[in-house]
Amino acid sequence: MRETKFWTWHLLAGCAILILGSLHMITMHLDGVLGLFNPAGPHALDWANVAARAKQTAYVVIYILLLGTALFHGFYGLRNIVFELGIGKGARSFVNAVLVIGGLALFAFGTWAAVAAQAV
Amino acid sequence: MADPKKYDNRLGLKGWWGGGRWGFERYLYTLHRLTGLGVLSYFVLHIFVTSSRAFGSVAWEQWMGTVAGPFFRVGEFLVVLAFIFHAFNGVRLILIELGFAVGPAEEPIYPYKTSLNTQRPLMIAMMFLAGVAVIVTGYDFWMLH
Repeated sequence: MRETKFWTWHLLAGCAILILGSLHMITMHLDGVLGLFNPAGPHALDWANVAARAKQTAYVVIYILLLGTALFHGFYGLRNIVFELGIGKGARSFVNAVLVIGGLALFAFGTWAAVAAQAV
Repeated sequence: MADPKKYDNRLGLKGWWGGGRWGFERYLYTLHRLTGLGVLSYFVLHIFVTSSRAFGSVAWEQWMGTVAGPFFRVGEFLVVLAFIFHAFNGVRLILIELGFAVGPAEEPIYPYKTSLNTQRPLMIAMMFLAGVAVIVTGYDFWMLH
């Protein structure tokens, strides 16, 4: 039952990434064609564009949501692949611990960066 | 998830590459996993690199200079390709998981029919859309920058 819930969240996170990740990819990789969320010109990685996006609360919220959903989707997918190899119970507990602690640490760091960048 | 001790994964990682008369969709499964692992690896590094924006423009420009060479540029485009494939194939997998595009349930009467033929138009449509996205993104990536 618990795994069914995790799998359902995995699918829902995939749907969220489809929207949020696509928005991110369109911003970063269709900057020349569409120029969305790049007020300082068609180069998404120019500091002026990066700083402008960092100051937009909506974009910061999108970053944090994308960070959380992508970490869950990616780490849960990795967990499934590793577990399918038929590792023992102890190894499974170890993998769980590494992925949960690593995922939470990355989420905390990425969230801090998104919030701190607003003040730069 | 089923108990892996109960259902032995006999082929292991070798099973990703082939194991009999498998259809095209079975290799999309392998590609889905490989692209997922690739995007995840990039994503973890991406979190660290892009977090440099919190330290100001000097730190940002320094990191962008570090990852600006042709090696990273080709790598970045491969990540974009992986993301596009994983996204469109993921939509296909979710739709099939939810019971769309698999056709109505039928009694298993010999000679058995596979539902893969019913699912195939969805696969073709998703791969076509992925191809269009690759062309548009590739144009922006290589022609406009």
